[in-house]
Amino acid sequence: MRAFIPNYQITMPASLADALALLKREPGVWKPFAGGTDLMVLLEAGRLPHRNYINIWALDELRGIEANESHVTLGALTTYTDVQANPILRDEFPMLCQAASETGGLAIQNRGTLGGNIINASPAADSPPALLAYDAEIELVSSAGSRWLPYQGFHTGYKQMHLGADELLSRIRLPRNTEGATHYYRKVGTRKAQAISKVCLAAVGRMNDGQISDTRIALGSVAPIVVGCVQTENTLRGRKPDTETIAAACDTLAREISPIDDIRSTADYRLQVSKNLLTDFLMRLH
Amino acid sequence: MTRIRSTSSAFICGKSFSMQIEFKVNNKVHQLDVFPMARLLDVLREQLQLTGTKEGCGEGECGACTVVLDGRIVNSCLVPVAQVNGAEITTIEGVAHNDQLHAVQQAFIQHGGAQCGICTPGMVLAAVDLLKRNPQPTEDDIRNGLAGNLCRCTGYMKIFESVVQACRK
Repeated sequence: MRAFIPNYQITMPASLADALALLKREPGVWKPFAGGTDLMVLLEAGRLPHRNYINIWALDELRGIEANESHVTLGALTTYTDVQANPILRDEFPMLCQAASETGGLAIQNRGTLGGNIINASPAADSPPALLAYDAEIELVSSAGSRWLPYQGFHTGYKQMHLGADELLSRIRLPRNTEGATHYYRKVGTRKAQAISKVCLAAVGRMNDGQISDTRIALGSVAPIVVGCVQTENTLRGRKPDTETIAAACDTLAREISPIDDIRSTADYRLQVSKNLLTDFLMRLH
Repeated sequence: MTRIRSTSSAFICGKSFSMQIEFKVNNKVHQLDVFPMARLLDVLREQLQLTGTKEGCGEGECGACTVVLDGRIVNSCLVPVAQVNGAEITTIEGVAHNDQLHAVQQAFIQHGGAQCGICTPGMVLAAVDLLKRNPQPTEDDIRNGLAGNLCRCTGYMKIFESVVQACRK
């Protein structure tokens, strides 16, 4: 049943500083509201328990994509449309662009944001696996200042994360070290487009003299959080991507993920498809 | 484009919250008292009687409620009206110029692009948006441009063909 709309409020701060001051003054009272593509669905379904929102969509401080020699830095309000339009991202971070293009249709891509995808913390979100595979770091700001932390480890459990009640996610930073790497992104859903993932795998791999020198492997929809599979990466390091290595990596991966049966798929299917995607990635390494 | 730049204007009345907003719809300025989290879709249909914008799924999957917000198509069921203060919106009612239908609308009529009509406003707006960004789209561009708009009648081919024909004009 629909929510009773008059009970909900959204306040409109004029600047990021105003927003952070309000969050500090009344911690826990206000939750950020960006493009609304997740929150409005819950509102309509009568499943949005929190009533007080702070509109961050209009805060230009949280927009923009900038690049220097070492990093590309994206404002938390970068939309999926912005991601796809950026030439540096298309060239150096193709998985992020692919994730953006496979998230909803254009009307969703015009409103959905990378920051929202992270903070909404759905394990089925499509950009977080790509962000993890690209070693993203995130910046959290409060009226006390800012701190950068690795995105890996930010989520601690289903919808749980290292975010203070007075903090906002402000920026995402990607190291520009992807030259020569193999990028592999595949989302498996009921259809090829316009579907929520049953399994999503993003991986980056680098080879040296026939051996795997380094990989980053992240999966969505197979655990309470989007998982960066560090043990699987460790298993692969320094080995040839042969049958034996692939089997060992699949065994390790099976221990790192914890898929469940739910409305979209089954644990068995998700486990098998995760192994298949990992195998497909490793067979493409060159 | 005017951005939202007001300070908090929601005021408390019991447990209800309301605010005044001003925005432009189809080139006409409106000032309205609204509940801040009311869906733009409902405000357009119920307060402005612009019922060309349809509700299908109410969760951003079907595109029936598509409108153009500050130059970009959005699902109006997912936009709280507080966020359109100062914005410019085009609905299906604003696509034709006076009595002159847009080429996309003409093509939908000529090539059977509409059946029950519920998806048509969203399909037309998505196609108009596509042609504005990309006047010579490939067939894949057209499919991508229409993605996110679901039709339960036509099987999509008539809609697709209508857009192909509109591009040739």
